Amino acid sequence: MKKKSYEKIVYAAMRFTTYLIILIIAYIIIEIVWNGAAALSVEFLTDSPKQSGAAGGIFPAIIGTLYLVTGTICIALPLGMASALYLSEYAAVGRLTNTIRLAIITLAGVPSIVFGLFGLGLFVIFLNFGTSILAGSLTLACLILPTIIVSSEEALRTVPQSLREGSLALGATKWQTIYKNVLPYSVPGMITGSILGVGRAAGETAPILLTAAAFFLPKLPNSIFDPVMALPYHLYVLATQHPDAAKVRPMQYGTALVLLLMVLGINLVAILIRRHFRKRYRW
Amino acid sequence: MKIIVTKEKAIKLIMLIAASTSVFIVLLIFLFLGKEAAPFIIKPGLSELLGARWVPVSFQKESFGILPLLTGSLLVTAIATLIAVPVGVCGAVYISEVAGSGERNFLKPFIELLAGIPSVVIGFFGLTVLAPVVKAVFGLQTGLNALTGALLLALMAIPTIVSISEDAVRSVPKSYKEASLALGASRLETILRVTTPAALPGVLAASMLGMGRVIGETMAVMMVTGNAAQITASPLDSVRTMTATIAAEMGEVAFRSDHYRALFSVGIVLLLLTFTFNIIAQKVLKKHNGA
Repeated sequence: MKKKSYEKIVYAAMRFTTYLIILIIAYIIIEIVWNGAAALSVEFLTDSPKQSGAAGGIFPAIIGTLYLVTGTICIALPLGMASALYLSEYAAVGRLTNTIRLAIITLAGVPSIVFGLFGLGLFVIFLNFGTSILAGSLTLACLILPTIIVSSEEALRTVPQSLREGSLALGATKWQTIYKNVLPYSVPGMITGSILGVGRAAGETAPILLTAAAFFLPKLPNSIFDPVMALPYHLYVLATQHPDAAKVRPMQYGTALVLLLMVLGINLVAILIRRHFRKRYRW
Repeated sequence: MKIIVTKEKAIKLIMLIAASTSVFIVLLIFLFLGKEAAPFIIKPGLSELLGARWVPVSFQKESFGILPLLTGSLLVTAIATLIAVPVGVCGAVYISEVAGSGERNFLKPFIELLAGIPSVVIGFFGLTVLAPVVKAVFGLQTGLNALTGALLLALMAIPTIVSISEDAVRSVPKSYKEASLALGASRLETILRVTTPAALPGVLAASMLGMGRVIGETMAVMMVTGNAAQITASPLDSVRTMTATIAAEMGEVAFRSDHYRALFSVGIVLLLLTFTFNIIAQKVLKKHNGA
């Protein structure tokens, strides 16, 4: 009898710990949404910052983040998908494959600020792109490449082997098999995983701090060689560097909310796509 | 026929080149960090880096000792790990072994949602909500110290630890649990003495990966640790981590000055540290999955 109540206490403690995490997450989200919603207005979303961010809006930062995200997708998506295809469909067991896998694992663990240093050294200085959308997108692409490769590979693995064998047995070549019988069923999964990676790229601050971002620009960028404003960087500067940080609190909450909505929105899209296609294909 | 064969070969080659970019990026990271940092070894010399004072801007004599930054990073990481590992493992065991299936399907994605919140937003939350709480609880001048940083980092490491540990706990063969229950052990005894120990390598790997994430985290720590470069063991002191130093000082540094090169050297130390953490974690995971 005593043993039973002891068990109950332990379970209750575990349940408490788990729900404490949930509670904290919910609190963070509610705190940002509640205070941020008060700052949202049409002006805030469509105007440029005024009085060094104390008034006006964050339009250029929203656009800047969208530019960076688009650039990152254009670079990382094809590269990541092709890498996954090689690893899943072509690679033989051996030293080369092991080296590639080790590199992907290593890349996944590199701190974001180190990516920033790398981007600064290679793209900004050595290739002379300057602080620009191009340098920032390339840096972010390196950062999310491992995520895209790993999730694309997972999607490829869900396609049954028999589909490949059937196609090959009918005389199709390897590429014809991949193109007609593997890709159609795995592309949705690949895209889902990639979008999750892109969500991460949208929220990253440290890499673009050194390669792409500017706190205030008088006009929107004209080319990929121009620097941009970006939401995460804007929030960081408003919250820590602004001389009157407490007075611009509403602006900070508003920026945080827009950034959070953007990142969670991107993730939500990924989840919805996954659900849509899960229903369609059942092996 | 010949055209098809050539095309097939060309496609395979393109895929191989794409897959090799990861290898090139890793090599380029080491190369370019090394290239920008290397001249530091000749002038002011490697011994300068091992000093105990980080005073990058000074009228008399600058010094670039990274020890205060290293100890700052380690202090914050250690506290964060001490909090995140027990909480994370507890959550993982609960989700995998105690929670019902409906509860599980809600809990795991929700905790993973935390991993999707940008670190600058977490840092902002720390600055506006957590720091004042820490300040009030301990009666301090300011809430910007190692403890506040560690609490935020623990929060950021928890999703990684919960997610990977839960996979490990769940992959323990059912027969282990059945054997334990058949021998008369209670459900709790089975969880504590059989299932969790069997999943220990996976849990260990999860903790290592979480620590890797913590030590490399930049924005949140930069916003809440106060950024005073000093060697201290007290969680209530302000510290300056390696990541925060790079992010905060790189913007104002003179191109290819000693300070610039010192920051790249800090980057290399950071890279090597996280690299070691990750390789150990992967070794453990591989051994565990292989067995």
